Amino acid sequence: MMRYSRSGRPKPPGGGRETAVWYLMRLSGLALFVLALAHYLILHFVFDPADQDVDFITNERWNQLFWRAFDWTLLMMVLFHGFMGVRTIITDYAHRPRVRVASLTALYLLGALLFVLGTNVVMTLPMPGAP
Amino acid sequence: MLLRYRGGEGMIAWAFHRISGVAIWAFVLLHVVDIYLVGGNPELYDEVLKVYASFPGRILEVLLGAALLYHALNGLRIIIMDFWPPLTRYHRALWYGCWAIFIAVGLPVAYEIMAPVYGWPEFFR
Repeated sequence: MMRYSRSGRPKPPGGGRETAVWYLMRLSGLALFVLALAHYLILHFVFDPADQDVDFITNERWNQLFWRAFDWTLLMMVLFHGFMGVRTIITDYAHRPRVRVASLTALYLLGALLFVLGTNVVMTLPMPGAP
Repeated sequence: MLLRYRGGEGMIAWAFHRISGVAIWAFVLLHVVDIYLVGGNPELYDEVLKVYASFPGRILEVLLGAALLYHALNGLRIIIMDFWPPLTRYHRALWYGCWAIFIAVGLPVAYEIMAPVYGWPEFFR
């Protein structure tokens, strides 16, 4: 019997960190199926992006704690899933050790930068409706 | 490569999954920075928004949605086969099922996004 999928990565054996990443990719993927599709449908289908200026984000969208928490959760899931996905691609194609280490280091630094920028703006943007 | 190498549907599903994944990842880099501007430089954010709302911006918006929807549906297909291996026998049928949902969900969304450019009636907003 076929032991793995016809487009996914085979599960790494051993039960160590790589196996955990394999499971977490699928778990975060399921979360993103809901979070990312809902985010896109609400902000590109229900609302027109043309109306989503600074005023809309500050006084409406991010004036509610729920949507800030929603967007931050989405950010955490997408950072893990996206950066671990690109990591798989780098390890597939970058074989020379120095190239691989340099690429992965740059990738993780970029991920850390996005974590800081995204978390910072979610946490610090003024909230007119806050009690 | 896709036409010469006889990998069939499974290989194309895999290639599209990678390409759409990298495209979404690249947009996330841009999107975190533009949202950071809402706090850091609001005037610049509103300028960027005008680019997003332009005609070429909306084309890219539709392409982003297409990448997202394909990646989400095919990702679900991968999870189904990973956790219920006997269903791998039906990987082709599952892939065509993904495309059926892709068309059914994607067309109305693409219509609604492009409608303001052409003055078409908007049915959902």
